Amino acid sequence: MNEKYLFSLMSVVLLFLLAYAGVEVAGLQVLFGVIIPYMALIVFLAGFAYRVIQWAQTPVPYKIPTTGGQQKSLPWIQHAAIDCPDTKAQVVGRMAMEVLLFRSLFRNLVFKKEGDKLAYRMELFLWLGAIVFHYAFLVVTIRHLRFFAEPVPFFVTGLEKVDSFLQLGLPVVYMSGIALLAGVLYLAIRRIYVGHTRYISLASDFFPLFLILAIAVTGIMMRYFTKVDIPTVKELTMGLVTFRPAVPEGIGTLFFVHLFLVSVLLAYFPFSKLMHMGGVFFSPTRNMTCNTRAERHVNPWNYPVPVHTYEEYEDDFREHMIEAGLPVEKKE
Amino acid sequence: MQKKLYNKNVVIAGLIILAVLATFPFWYNHGKAAPAPKPELTEKAKAAKECIRSTAYMKTEHMQLLDAWRDTVVRDGIRTYVNEVGKEFDMSLSNTCLDCHSNKEKFCDVCHDYASVDPYCWDCHIENPKENE
Ligand code: HEC
Ligand code: HEC
Ligand code: HEC
Repeated sequence: MNEKYLFSLMSVVLLFLLAYAGVEVAGLQVLFGVIIPYMALIVFLAGFAYRVIQWAQTPVPYKIPTTGGQQKSLPWIQHAAIDCPDTKAQVVGRMAMEVLLFRSLFRNLVFKKEGDKLAYRMELFLWLGAIVFHYAFLVVTIRHLRFFAEPVPFFVTGLEKVDSFLQLGLPVVYMSGIALLAGVLYLAIRRIYVGHTRYISLASDFFPLFLILAIAVTGIMMRYFTKVDIPTVKELTMGLVTFRPAVPEGIGTLFFVHLFLVSVLLAYFPFSKLMHMGGVFFSPTRNMTCNTRAERHVNPWNYPVPVHTYEEYEDDFREHMIEAGLPVEKKE
Repeated sequence: MQKKLYNKNVVIAGLIILAVLATFPFWYNHGKAAPAPKPELTEKAKAAKECIRSTAYMKTEHMQLLDAWRDTVVRDGIRTYVNEVGKEFDMSLSNTCLDCHSNKEKFCDVCHDYASVDPYCWDCHIENPKENE
């Protein structure tokens, strides 16, 4: 047992109970269904902008791109354009691969003992877990637009068709829901069971995982098991996005718990490691051109320093230097 | 002191893209009210007064009921369903549900369009058994 993940787990359980009791016992539907979601969205947008602007105001003193290939050099030496970008366009290419495919995670290695030898081996499970988790999350998020748009746009209905093409059960099983749950479970279990990742993990690493796990579980519960009245839920969400907030009768408590946990995720987002969503674009190791041989990078916070050149120094001390027998550039 | 914003254009463009995406529902709906639809009952349904199960159950769990019906009919060959008050129904999508709810467009479909569900059942099952006869 480790207090870091226990602490995170207990926080999520507490948040769950807070919303459950708030709605079930205290009848605070308006607080959990209207006020908190609005505030969470405002905190998310303002906080995100604040963090991004802070980062954008931070100068980068050195060229520190990480490279995984040959820098542009002489014409007969092959240049690795994506791994060691020389132009802005190549940086955009590398960033796109990073954001869309998690390319640098794909290079993940594991150092292990094989017989009496030590070796580096490919380790793709982190990459796989991450890509499954992130894309499933994206699909689930887009699918949720069915609650926030009337008429429901074509890309949402199209995605629903693709996501449900196995036609399993009724209501049809969405693959993305299962993939999201599997992905987040894998990432959480990996952090807990792999010794060295557990060692470097903090409560702030576990908390988002458990929070997203709780969101996924409550969502799946509502869709397949405990059930909520979907049209009534949509009435509430449409009220929110058309600025006619109202809480219709007959929505199960679990829905408010789900909504509250999502609000917590949104409000927590800008102040947490989840900001890697914006941060990846600001990491100098990813977003700088690697053209140090072609162009000089000037530290933006350099200020004019009064310099005293060697020539001036010699002018000051020439006589003494000649007297002491030191070599001088200019005799006279 | 006013601090310099490095790569100003890109940063501002990125923030605008985020804001536009994150507020999609707010501008997509133009603030138009969209209350839940009221499914219309046919004369026949009104006369029957009650659905197969309680209304609350039907609202949220009619798909599970249909799934159970499908499996019972197709796998076990049992075609009669007895509900919790002992009333009997023929387990059939087109012949039972659409017998009382023969106004599919104004009943099933209004709800489904609103909730963005498009059951694939009608690829095979007849949508309007009355008209086809
Ligand atoms: C009160 C509104 C309402 C009415 C009326 C209604 N449905 Fe539904 N139905 C729903 C909702 C909401 C869902 C989807 C639930 C979800 O997405 O979790 C659904 C889902 C279904 C599904 C599963 C489809 C899928 O792809 O998951 C079937 C089948 C279905 N309904 C059949 C019918 C039939 C047949 C009728 C008419 C006799 C009908 N429904 C009337 C609201 C309604
Ligand atoms: C005997 C006639 C009858 C049959 C057969 C029947 N229904 Fe109903 N259904 C009704 C009536 C009447 C109501 C309205 C009950 C009420 O308003 O309390 C209703 C209500 C419903 C509702 C809730 C609508 C709402 O207002 O939210 C759904 C969903 C539904 N039925 C689906 C089905 C499905 C699916 C089947 C087939 C499995 C079916 N019904 C078979 C008579 C019937
Ligand atoms: C590929 C075609 C096909 C699709 C799609 C399909 N069914 Fe069927 N269904 C059948 C066939 C064939 C039978 C058997 C008919 C019989 O024996 O009377 C059947 C029987 C049933 C029955 C029992 C018998 C009856 O008369 O209704 C139910 C209930 C049923 N299906 C529900 C559904 C539902 C709900 C869906 C959509 C989620 C669906 N089916 C989609 C072909 C299909």
